[in-house]
Amino acid sequence: MVAAIMFYILATVLVGSAVMVVFSKNPVHSVLFLILAFFNAAGLFVLLGAEFVAMILVIVYVGAVAVMFLFVVMMLDINFTELRKGVQDYLPIGLLIGFILLVEMAVIAGGWSMTDGIATTITTPTPLASEVHNTEAIGRILYTDNIFLFQLGGLILLVAMIGAIVLTHRQRPGVKKQNIGDQVRRRRDDAYEAVNVKPGQGI
Amino acid sequence: MMEIGIEHYLTLAAMLFTLGVFGIFLNKKNVIVILLSVELILLSVEFNLVAFSSFMGDLVGQVFTMLILTVAAAEGSIGLAILVVYFRNRGSIAVEDIHLMKG
Repeated sequence: MVAAIMFYILATVLVGSAVMVVFSKNPVHSVLFLILAFFNAAGLFVLLGAEFVAMILVIVYVGAVAVMFLFVVMMLDINFTELRKGVQDYLPIGLLIGFILLVEMAVIAGGWSMTDGIATTITTPTPLASEVHNTEAIGRILYTDNIFLFQLGGLILLVAMIGAIVLTHRQRPGVKKQNIGDQVRRRRDDAYEAVNVKPGQGI
Repeated sequence: MMEIGIEHYLTLAAMLFTLGVFGIFLNKKNVIVILLSVELILLSVEFNLVAFSSFMGDLVGQVFTMLILTVAAAEGSIGLAILVVYFRNRGSIAVEDIHLMKG
């Protein structure tokens, strides 16, 4: 009963903030509504019993990805009113395609049912929550049976990091930088010169 | 109505997916909102995986969810990097001008 009420509250806020992500005039508001959507999704994941994924969602998405979006939106000096032009032109085709998608998914959901005996094909059954909690259960299979998936995730992140650095790195002219080689190579004669000044004449 | 089954979660994921696709069509010019819509679509996929994982009692779905999260983070960072470079070159982020870039 409580879980059902919580589901409906979280789901309503989630869909509402998703709508606001799409329709908000200011992209900063869009990102903030996306953060709200992720928080509600994390709540729903907790309801489903996937606490670890829920916390990862909050930490990785809200803490990293959404903040990255906010940085970019605020750093770039973009004329957003210019970009909002023509939204009305795309509204009918967007509504049409969204409606078609929804109808297709409703048709699929209407004719869908679980195969008999599907429960016997499960490879890694979830342990009882009273014995092993979710994080430990995931840890047990993540580093053993699914180690290649884990490594693949690390590889993807590495490629993304290298790609982002290569794309955004640039050499700017006229920036003063420390050059260790020049500093070490510098001799006393480069720096000063002893001048014998005669009295009363100056240099 | 008060018994929350897998259908409820699948319906929610379908709504999120449709909203994401709708957002891509609606904000055709604004790359940032397109990237946000892609994040919404990926979130709906994660919902499907976690819902099936929870209701079928198979834990692998949650491991796959984490992989999708990784891919989504990588996609977001690369997309934003391309966006920053594009903005530096052209001074705007309108998607329709991208076909002007050659070579």
